[in-house]
Amino acid sequence: MKSEFWKRWGVLVTLILIFPLTILLPKFGIINPYIDLVLKYIGINIILAISLNLVNGYMGEFSVGHAGFMAIGAYTASLLTVWLFPRQLGPFLFPIALLSGGIAAGIAGLGIAFPSFRTRGDYLAIVTLAFNMIIKSVLENIEAIGGPRGFMGMEKLTSLWWVYLVVILMVFLARNYVFSNFGRGVLSIREDEIASGLVSVNTRQVKVLTFVFSAFLAGVAGGLFAHELQFINPRSFTILKSTDMLVMVYLGGIGSLGGSILGATVFTVVMEGLRSVLQQIGISQEWRLVVAPLMLILLMIFRPSGIMGLREFRFLIPHKERPEAFAGHREQMQARKAAKEVLP
Amino acid sequence: MTLLQIEQLTHYFGGLRAVQDFNLNLQPGELVALIGPNGAGKTTVFNLITGVYRPTEGNIAFRGQSLVGWPTHKIISMGIARTFQNVRLFKELSVLDNVRIAHYTRAGYSPLEALLRLPNFLQQEERVRQETLDLLNIFGLDDLAESTAKNLPYGQQRRLEIARALATRPALLLLDEPAAGMNPAEVEQLMETILWIRREFQLTILLIEHQMRVVMGITERIQVLDFGETIAEGTPTEIQNHPKVIEAYLGEEVAG
Repeated sequence: MKSEFWKRWGVLVTLILIFPLTILLPKFGIINPYIDLVLKYIGINIILAISLNLVNGYMGEFSVGHAGFMAIGAYTASLLTVWLFPRQLGPFLFPIALLSGGIAAGIAGLGIAFPSFRTRGDYLAIVTLAFNMIIKSVLENIEAIGGPRGFMGMEKLTSLWWVYLVVILMVFLARNYVFSNFGRGVLSIREDEIASGLVSVNTRQVKVLTFVFSAFLAGVAGGLFAHELQFINPRSFTILKSTDMLVMVYLGGIGSLGGSILGATVFTVVMEGLRSVLQQIGISQEWRLVVAPLMLILLMIFRPSGIMGLREFRFLIPHKERPEAFAGHREQMQARKAAKEVLP
Repeated sequence: MTLLQIEQLTHYFGGLRAVQDFNLNLQPGELVALIGPNGAGKTTVFNLITGVYRPTEGNIAFRGQSLVGWPTHKIISMGIARTFQNVRLFKELSVLDNVRIAHYTRAGYSPLEALLRLPNFLQQEERVRQETLDLLNIFGLDDLAESTAKNLPYGQQRRLEIARALATRPALLLLDEPAAGMNPAEVEQLMETILWIRREFQLTILLIEHQMRVVMGITERIQVLDFGETIAEGTPTEIQNHPKVIEAYLGEEVAG
């Protein structure tokens, strides 16, 4: 029998205990730089998958342009750390850069959400697709930030422990959102939008709010990405990147945070594994570009609900929402039943 | 004071006239039925009241305030709730969540408080949870709080839908064919339920119903629609013998 303390705080304690490892393991070379890099990519992809899952999974709309928000976050954060922040303070101001990237992406999300959600259906897909292309063209045409050559000069601020902390924070925020009345409103829109409005949900507000939050997450991930590679160019944020995100979301399972974590992890590992396999057998790396869309097609045919399929890991559910929380209520309920008049 | 006042309500779907010059006054506490053959425009009237459609002409006033042009969620939070002809629950969600969602406008916390799980959020969530469980308790659904809505038997889904509607704290409840698909025993129970919730929640109820047992058994006043127009109104006994009503339902008597 697990103690009450462990049930309540177990997740937090575990996370805190892991934290030193994220500093020490890379520092003493216990994990090599390549593993370190893959772990960071997994973290960044987790944020991206959750971001897209909020819109495509929880809300049941369809965005195909989230790489655009990632680009805005990446460029905003990079411009801040390179041009504005003093070099020595870089590591300390890094969270502010990430946050600013997220906010900038969120504002862009607001601009997309307002007109798009006036109507329903495929409209959002078309608007986000166009948005993704526009962002890429705009970035290619601003000479001051490198145009098509890209932007560089960032320091390698994205360390494993930063990724670890940011991922935990973002998953925490997303979980809190999902398990609130806003999150439940989002789910109700997916289930039945008309009924949702008729039980007092402000559907327009929920949609815009969720989309902005989703864009914010993608922007934060973009900031991490930019300070890992130390070089970004508009071609990193094309529809291909958006497709990767779609695969991660549908692989893990829509409407599940745990699914996004699993999906991002499996996807990253498979794609990296493929890199060395292709090298071994001497086939062009170009074939990796075929794999992601192929995975998406196969998934849609054979397992449309993904690995998790609407289920959620226990540790991602706030402890008040877990099934055993009802046990206490049940006794209260019996008492109330006896005391109060109930339906005949 | 009149709770709901509908004047000269007219609605067209393109060239099709769905509702024509519809008038209705509801006093607080009344239980009124809207009946008529299929396609008479009854559900359209509900959709017009709740803002799903915007009326072509006419006015709907609730507690003296016009509802025309307001978004649905605003109208609902003003104190009008409804159920549907075919049960429209959030099927994949739990019973608890189905009712909690209806607390949306009264949740009492901002998105930021929710994101950071600030004390006010936790407090309000607990309140919403208690209120929801209380309501489920009243409808005998509390033991099923964790079940997925689609797994409930039909009768309980109907009850859950009423519970969900009541969670928005309405003064006026619109019931769209609550007895549809029920067997006689369930209908009997439903009639008791309707009378009981009217008393306990101090509701005014407007219902659409085809089952004459329900209409004649519990309502005080009936309005009959046919092809979008009101053809008769009165007490159950008056309506039963009204020649126009008999004609609308059974057709005209052929001479000879």
